Amino acid sequence: MAALSIRDVHKTYAGADRNPHKAGAVGEVLKGINLEVEHGELLILVGPSGCGKSTLLAMIAGLETVTAGEIRISGEVVNHLPPKDRDIAMVFQSYALYPNMTARENISFGLEIRKVPKAEQREIVERVAQTLQIGPMLDRKPSQLSGGQRQRVAMGRAIARDPALFLFDEPLSNLDAKLRVEMRTEIKLLHQRLGATIVYVTHDQIEAMTLGDKIAVMKAGELQQFGTPQQVYDDPSNLFVAGFMGSPSMNFILTKIEPLGGGCGVRLESAGRQYLFPAGPADGKLKSWIGREVLFGIRPEQVTHKIESRIGAPHVQTAVLPVRLIEPTGPDTLVLVPVNGKQITCRVHPARAASPGEDMELMFDLSKAVFFDPKTEQRIA
Amino acid sequence: MPEKSAAAAAGTSWGGRFIVYALLILVCLYYLLPLFVMVTTSLKPFEEIRAGNLLALPEAPTLDAWAKAWSYACTGVQCEGLHGFFWNSVSIAVPAVLISTLIGAFNGYVLIMWRFRGSDLLFSLLLVGCFLPFQVVLLPMARTLGQFGLATSITGLIFVHVVYGLAFTTLFFRNYYVTIPDELAKAAKIDGAGFFLIFRRIILPLSAPIIGVTVIWQFTQVWNDFLFGVVFSSGERQPITVALNNLVNTSTGVKEYNVDMAAAIIAALPTLFVYVVAGKYFIPGLTAGAVKG
Repeated sequence: MAALSIRDVHKTYAGADRNPHKAGAVGEVLKGINLEVEHGELLILVGPSGCGKSTLLAMIAGLETVTAGEIRISGEVVNHLPPKDRDIAMVFQSYALYPNMTARENISFGLEIRKVPKAEQREIVERVAQTLQIGPMLDRKPSQLSGGQRQRVAMGRAIARDPALFLFDEPLSNLDAKLRVEMRTEIKLLHQRLGATIVYVTHDQIEAMTLGDKIAVMKAGELQQFGTPQQVYDDPSNLFVAGFMGSPSMNFILTKIEPLGGGCGVRLESAGRQYLFPAGPADGKLKSWIGREVLFGIRPEQVTHKIESRIGAPHVQTAVLPVRLIEPTGPDTLVLVPVNGKQITCRVHPARAASPGEDMELMFDLSKAVFFDPKTEQRIA
Repeated sequence: MPEKSAAAAAGTSWGGRFIVYALLILVCLYYLLPLFVMVTTSLKPFEEIRAGNLLALPEAPTLDAWAKAWSYACTGVQCEGLHGFFWNSVSIAVPAVLISTLIGAFNGYVLIMWRFRGSDLLFSLLLVGCFLPFQVVLLPMARTLGQFGLATSITGLIFVHVVYGLAFTTLFFRNYYVTIPDELAKAAKIDGAGFFLIFRRIILPLSAPIIGVTVIWQFTQVWNDFLFGVVFSSGERQPITVALNNLVNTSTGVKEYNVDMAAAIIAALPTLFVYVVAGKYFIPGLTAGAVKG
């Protein structure tokens, strides 16, 4: 039995025209979402703003009604249960701490309403405070706490309830960059320690990759891909997912598939030099695309400086390309080179990066290359 | 060149400042003069008023006029001063202010945190209540009070003021609650709190500034009301504004300006008092909606 199961969930807002029956109205923000979360898993809902991820979370919480479909928590259909009966706790983006109560009262408010005996409340608050290291701040009001401390208190409020399901709504987006990374690690540790089931909404793909057991990538009310972070990263189901996950973004090169030996190849051109790289076996899915245009996707880290030991390995090709611009990031240097009339980003060792204007020999690892239909933007191979 | 223009700028700014302050002081005096005349006149014995000039300080200050205004000045046929009417006004204003403020807070809470279909329309209609002239409701209200058996009673006046004040109090609270993040109510819902508990434990404790504004506004309105008082009450149950009018208009030959002035100050003091007590919330509360902090 899944901890959370979402089946064909739709959400339509009545909107300005107040006609909920108008099919395909602008008011449809979720268009049939299906997701399963197992016990102890951390599910990330990620996507650009307006993709419906926060609405979906609010529907799981019971703060928004479900237009159609079914939401089950621990096997029970909760569509019509009020939030308090769903055995959930939520951490909000703005923390939503009660300004008139101390941190302690904030944490114990939910327990008090659920008529947990006073002694037990105290015990729980102490335990939570210890877990989150907020003991010394328990008697302060939210206005006297820093952003990170408020964040902890907000998490404490959720943990104190010991729910079947935790819901996090962009909990780190109000923190500064450094604190965000710290809290991210802390949430992951906390998740491991508590073994809790968590649904976590974010628009930050790095947060999604680092935290998630599973990632659901959403766009315009539709689920684009649902899988582990590595699946989503290595094996994106369409152009949107490939471009959204990863920073810097995957390179997309418009090219033609040509026959090469018994299989297929991709034609690359730069500064008058032509290359034909092998792009899949003879019986591969690309076969039917020979002679047609495709979008060839390759991540920056798959285009590197020449590593001698890997020369001759299958799928590894080299090309000499003119460097337009370099962007040192510290551990790597990003090198921008033109290919087929477009700049592509390559991730090379800082010591090996050529200067702008120079030619540089770059090594392409095609083992993880992906191909998309330029019209439908769906994955071909 | 730069020094010269800087000096010129300093010169104009000094001159400008002088003019501004002079104007402010003048306006201030202009506003304070009537109060000065009222206070000094109320402290003068009657002979001094008749003989002396209006702006002179009292030569032999006395509280006689105050005592008379409070205890035995004539307001029509009876001569018991204002004190009975003062307490009438207190017993009208205090419940009317408290009830209308509380209901206004509750309305605002519902209109913002528990939006329903048509809640915005309802609010717009409610706003019309702010623009209804008093005269329009006089006759229907008289009839209603009669039906309820509340005619010429203090309870009736409280009812009138509560009904009339609701449009304003709702407006105040609604506009204040717009600035409270609705995630607070959501968090409380998830914590298991219901409709009334969220209001009582989360929303009301955050409302101090707007309660201050509403109390000042409502108290001033109710206390200073004359029209409803004169129409819907009579005899001993009249509020102090009506009694003050009667006192000033009841003359036994001579006009006792000192008593009139003392009575007028007595009638005005409570609103001043409320402003001093709740006033520190007034400006921040009024602007709370405007500048999201």
